[in-house]
Amino acid sequence: MSDTPTHDGPTKGPNRRAFLRGAAATGVGLAATAKATAQDTPDPLITEMQDWASSTGEGVDASPYGMPIQFEGDVVRRNVPWLTADVISSINFTPIHALDGTITPQGCAFERHHSGAIELKKEDYRLMINGLVDRPLVFSYADLERFPRENRTYFLECAANTGMEWAGAQLNGSQFTHGMIHNMEYSGISLRTLLEEAGLDAAGDLADKWVYVEGADASSNGRSIPMEKALDDVLVAFKANGEALRMEHGYPVRLVVPGWEGNMWVKWLRRIEVTDHPIESREETSKYTDTLADGTSRKWTWIMDAKSVVTSPSPQMPITHGKGPLVITGLAWSGRGAISGVDVSIDGGKTWQKARLAKEGEKMALTRFYLDINWDGSEMFLQSRAHDDTGYVQPTKAQLREVRGENSVYHNNCIQTWWVKENGESENVEVSS
Amino acid sequence: TPSFAEKLGLGRVALPDEIAAWNHDIGPQGQGLPMGSGSVEDGEMIFSENCASCHGEFAEGVDNWPKLAGGDGTLADKDPLKTVGSYWPYLSTVYDYVRRSMPFGAAQTMSDDDVYAITAYILYSNYLVDDDFVLTNENFMDVEMPNADGFIIDDRPETELTIFTEANACYENCKETVEVTKRAAVLDVTPQEEGAEAEPEAAPVEQAAADAPVEAAP
Repeated sequence: MSDTPTHDGPTKGPNRRAFLRGAAATGVGLAATAKATAQDTPDPLITEMQDWASSTGEGVDASPYGMPIQFEGDVVRRNVPWLTADVISSINFTPIHALDGTITPQGCAFERHHSGAIELKKEDYRLMINGLVDRPLVFSYADLERFPRENRTYFLECAANTGMEWAGAQLNGSQFTHGMIHNMEYSGISLRTLLEEAGLDAAGDLADKWVYVEGADASSNGRSIPMEKALDDVLVAFKANGEALRMEHGYPVRLVVPGWEGNMWVKWLRRIEVTDHPIESREETSKYTDTLADGTSRKWTWIMDAKSVVTSPSPQMPITHGKGPLVITGLAWSGRGAISGVDVSIDGGKTWQKARLAKEGEKMALTRFYLDINWDGSEMFLQSRAHDDTGYVQPTKAQLREVRGENSVYHNNCIQTWWVKENGESENVEVSS
Repeated sequence: TPSFAEKLGLGRVALPDEIAAWNHDIGPQGQGLPMGSGSVEDGEMIFSENCASCHGEFAEGVDNWPKLAGGDGTLADKDPLKTVGSYWPYLSTVYDYVRRSMPFGAAQTMSDDDVYAITAYILYSNYLVDDDFVLTNENFMDVEMPNADGFIIDDRPETELTIFTEANACYENCKETVEVTKRAAVLDVTPQEEGAEAEPEAAPVEQAAADAPVEAAP
């Protein structure tokens, strides 16, 4: 085996921010660099033989399971230590600023655990279905692989995504403000199929029945799901983006609850109970309830509303190429259906234009949008506004605060503003409404 | 009623002992409560030994660890303190969660009676019962939780979906001026990439309203 380059954290080299500061300090205004200019001297990267064009690269046995090239070492999950009391019941963030398309690489897809990421092998895995069913059942992992399979792509957004931004503009970067999200192609079994295997005749009228789902970890993360949703589109998944779930994402089996808050996507799923009442567990009373201005709180706010964010330019993705053609890109999604359009404003919401969707929006999945502009080097207040196929339009933070106040903690789907400055740097700001 | 598919005959019947080992959830009306009891007095000792290093001797919380008591009447404040006493609607959740998932790092190690005692002590710490109180499966539902009526079912369909619509989406001349009112850089709490230093701030704008970072994912 050769010396395979690996990385276990951010690269140590200069980063974009430091580069920009250096440029500004020496008076080399990047924005002043005009459109493409003629090259005076030949480029040695072309005129001189490069080593990689002469010698050989790595053999095919160098990395049986590869990691990204070392130069992409900053495209990693990050955590914000002050957000939680410790790193076991905590959160980290997907580097959405640096990604494109819609599929999230599993290795940098965010994590949220309440008692850490547990190691549960397939041989030790058991799934129980009990409660108001005809026959309570126990499945092994091998049993699950024999059920008819489905394959669907959905986003998972933590209910707390953007939650730190309710009272102001706090974190500087789309990774931190919007990165409690990932989007994967899942393979698994419809929950309906498993419930039918146990039999639901014993449950009687299903309209007022619930399923309680819990994980194998110490936190259990138990949540109550109304039977209507359970029989609709919920999946019991064991593959994501083509391969087994990652340990930190629930290996070997997790729940997929399309369009609904990430907390309900129970990982390391071990039990499904049919009940005639919601359990009102800790994760649906103390947590994942949304306090309004008058002190009352919403519960069972399951659906994630339509939302979007410009991922580049953004605070972690400064413009380094000067004036001229600029790709504005970002993500949009809705838990109520498919994204039907995205508007972009470069003037803080005074005027809006329609962005281009990379492809037609899919139900409850991330959608990529682009707006190609000719940047004149002046400051911009970049915003994006998602529309979904129910006719819902993403609100401003002021509109949300008008209804909810500032203490909801969860479900902040407000329009985000990036203040793009003349030097190409961006900052997370709020602007007047 | 939906029509159900043929069964595939996969899996096996769960045995009573297996269901008993995993089926521990307790409903808001006390469904599933085990037989047992525990006093405030015993709870104080058990709490001190198993819980107080994070949650404090009086359940008031240590450092950033959750506060289990206090905050009465603060839910409409700028910074509400949400605890068992001030916020949680059902006592069943306390018993269920403590028995299933606490102590943090050594969950499911306490007896049913211990959990009754700890629950009694948390009630006492919230001034909801006297110091001679004994909590049992029989009197469990008699305890009144102050915020039991503090929750409404998701009302976004009525309060939001009617407003945030295509009909109200503006495209031209949507506002006169755009002024920066909050800046994340002023707060400066974002983890920096290695090698990057805090940037000096020059532009005089209004200080971000969020004085302290909020706990977003407790």
